[in-house]
Amino acid sequence: MENTQFDKYQSIPSEKFVFAERGDLAHDNKIETKPRSYLRDAFSRFCKNKGSVVAAIIVLILFLYAIFGPLFIPKSFTEAYATDKELVYYKNLRPRIKLFDGTGFWDGTEKRTGVNVNTLYEIRSMEQERGQNVLSYEHARFETDKVVYDLHVNSYYAMEVLEVTVLLETYQAMMAWQDENDVQLILPAVNNNLSAGYTANKNLWYVCDRKGQAITDDSGELVPAYITYSTALARLDGYTSSKRVAGDPYLAGDTVNGWSYAKRTGSSESNYNYVIRVNPYYYFMYKYGFEPAFAFGTEAHGYDIFTRLASGARFSILFALAIAVINMFIGAIYGAIEGYYGGVLDLMMERFSDILSALPSMVITVLLNLHLSGTVGPVMALLYAFVLTGWIGMASTVRMQFYRFKNQEYVLAARTLGASDWRVMWKHIFPNSLGTIITSSVLVIPGVIFSETSLTYLGIINLDSPTQASIGAMLSAGQSQLTTFPHIILFPALFLALLEISFNLFGNGLRDAFNPTLRGSEG
Amino acid sequence: MYLFKYILKRLLLLIVTFFIIMTICFVLVKLLPTAPPTMFGKDTELILRRRVLLHQMYYDEATGEYYDTPIMEQYVYFLKYAFKGDFGVSEQLFVGQDVWSVFKQRVPFTVAVNVYSIILSIPLGIALGILAAIKKNTWIDHVISTGVMIVVSVPSFIYGFLIQYLLCFKLGWFPPIMDATNGPFSWTGFSTMLPASLCLSFGSIAGFARYTRAELTEVLTSEYLLLARTKGLTRTQATVRHALRNAMVPIFPMILGEFIGILGGSLILEGMFGIPGVGALYVNSVQSTPPDYNFFILLSSFYMLIGLVAGVIVDISYGIIDPRIRMGAR
Repeated sequence: MENTQFDKYQSIPSEKFVFAERGDLAHDNKIETKPRSYLRDAFSRFCKNKGSVVAAIIVLILFLYAIFGPLFIPKSFTEAYATDKELVYYKNLRPRIKLFDGTGFWDGTEKRTGVNVNTLYEIRSMEQERGQNVLSYEHARFETDKVVYDLHVNSYYAMEVLEVTVLLETYQAMMAWQDENDVQLILPAVNNNLSAGYTANKNLWYVCDRKGQAITDDSGELVPAYITYSTALARLDGYTSSKRVAGDPYLAGDTVNGWSYAKRTGSSESNYNYVIRVNPYYYFMYKYGFEPAFAFGTEAHGYDIFTRLASGARFSILFALAIAVINMFIGAIYGAIEGYYGGVLDLMMERFSDILSALPSMVITVLLNLHLSGTVGPVMALLYAFVLTGWIGMASTVRMQFYRFKNQEYVLAARTLGASDWRVMWKHIFPNSLGTIITSSVLVIPGVIFSETSLTYLGIINLDSPTQASIGAMLSAGQSQLTTFPHIILFPALFLALLEISFNLFGNGLRDAFNPTLRGSEG
Repeated sequence: MYLFKYILKRLLLLIVTFFIIMTICFVLVKLLPTAPPTMFGKDTELILRRRVLLHQMYYDEATGEYYDTPIMEQYVYFLKYAFKGDFGVSEQLFVGQDVWSVFKQRVPFTVAVNVYSIILSIPLGIALGILAAIKKNTWIDHVISTGVMIVVSVPSFIYGFLIQYLLCFKLGWFPPIMDATNGPFSWTGFSTMLPASLCLSFGSIAGFARYTRAELTEVLTSEYLLLARTKGLTRTQATVRHALRNAMVPIFPMILGEFIGILGGSLILEGMFGIPGVGALYVNSVQSTPPDYNFFILLSSFYMLIGLVAGVIVDISYGIIDPRIRMGAR
């Protein structure tokens, strides 16, 4: 087969050969590769920029956190913010993730340095009474003339004992709960004649003086100051639960020296109240139905920082997005008219925006807040303030784009075909400048978040309520406790810094990607 | 001659703009309900007397009561007295004290904290920028550029917290709050103001570094620099004598602008570090309810003027420094 073909070509007579013309070789080849759209091109260029891709992923994670963050804490707890007076007992808890329990890192451990011996005894006594692992590190040292201690204390287990006054019904429910869960929720009642410091500090269950200094027995052990069943009233504590604190003589069958678990007050059966000491940790579980472990800790009101920050972040992000969109619309229209028509109109409109841009944002915000927050609320007042001067930057961007494109041939062609000004502007020029407009809109967002947090930080705008937080207010609240509870400020500050950095990086990457003149320059 | 006309035009525009926005501001403030004089207790008499003196209120003999003067009339008298340096008395923060004299006392603190920060940031920023430009696309450049990116993005009050926590509390190098007893230009004033100046300078350092790097890289790839090298100059000579000088042309106006514009930048940090400057005063005057309007008007005008003047000076200095701009405009 092959041979015959070969033979065929071999036997071509020489006179059949002619010189080829140059034109014969130049064929128009059909383009085989697929055409790349502008967006696809931009996307592939964006993906080549590693920093921006990472930033985009971080932005996405932060967005997801802002949206889904509040789901991590049961609603029963967050809904109690406005009404629950006992929430304040759970204030300033350290960040704790249950996964890290016992590692000393992110497990709610609080370092207390230079505490006196009374505090040490108090903390040790907590361990003894509650049976929880409060103290993980203890170190004694000399400071000038006295011994002080450095301790690592788990802030969740070292909360002060709560003294609650409840009706019989609640009391019984609590006893049932502790039996069911096999924990010691209710602690024995303390006789404040024996423990003189008890009125000020409900932790002091042992014999001590007014300053809380323990009066130990001969062997150096703490002496319990619990009310015993020796009096008739003490025996009426109504305690039916099988759970009792370790060391209770009642467990050994001593019904006279056994410890009483409640103080009954009230004269008749209908108004009996029970004053009981409860372990705050288990009381939290009893009330809200989950174990207290706050990933970012709690702040001065007892609010969970993780969900508060998410709600503040959600507000900031949504607000900034809204501002970016509104400013894009106003700026695009204003800038398009300026750029397209030019001349005197442009000059006048430019002067107008010049004057407006000279107004400091602080002045505008304050005045609009004072004028409008009464009628439309502070959020809308803030929105107006940002919109009032925010569109100017966008307008000048759009104006420049229109100046660039309006004298191009394709615009002239469209106009020759009878397209109206409006059609030329929105069908022919605008789509070409869309990339620039979108990227500068994205870059507006971190700026708005920055200004909004500064204003809420300074307290000029107050958006805070038990259900809504703002990052700025969280920062200023945390700043007042910077020395004692640095975790309160750490997470909002970290979040804001991360958001700003990654958003700026992402925006810059987007800007480069949408700039076709950079095509190929990255190699 | 052209430059002179240009300056004149810009100044005129500045004054017109300033008056327009000040008028808007004034009217908006005066449209708000004024604090009733009775809320000032024992100072009622004083506040009333001052308000009448400045024509903010008048006494109606028929009814025997005080009423607000029409806003436009108030504005005319406001301008008249403002030129004499009388902006009324403080009604909330320092009840009864003259607003202008309090302002005068506090300006040096704001100027000082900004001057210190500028002194810190100019050499550092420019040096980093030069380093990054010369070592372009090496790890040094990447580190500097990343640092600049981070510093520019993060709000200044976050460094504020960081510096306050690390330098003031953990290491104990500085007091957390400024010691203002000896004034801003004393040694104690300087040393206790340093944390605030440091925070403030971060942003400027990053700005200078970024700008210097961009300018210098552009100049370094230009053809006249190649010519300078061909002529026999060493790399250092060419960079210092030719590249740096030309790169400085747009950087210098930026320094000037920053110098004036930064006065508005310490607004947040002053309160944080306890510096008794005008920024803290402004924030306090806004935070009180109702705001201290006389302070608010004076300080708003101050900040507006700073912004406008900074812009004009930058534009004019471009023309003065760069002969190309001067010639090209003719």
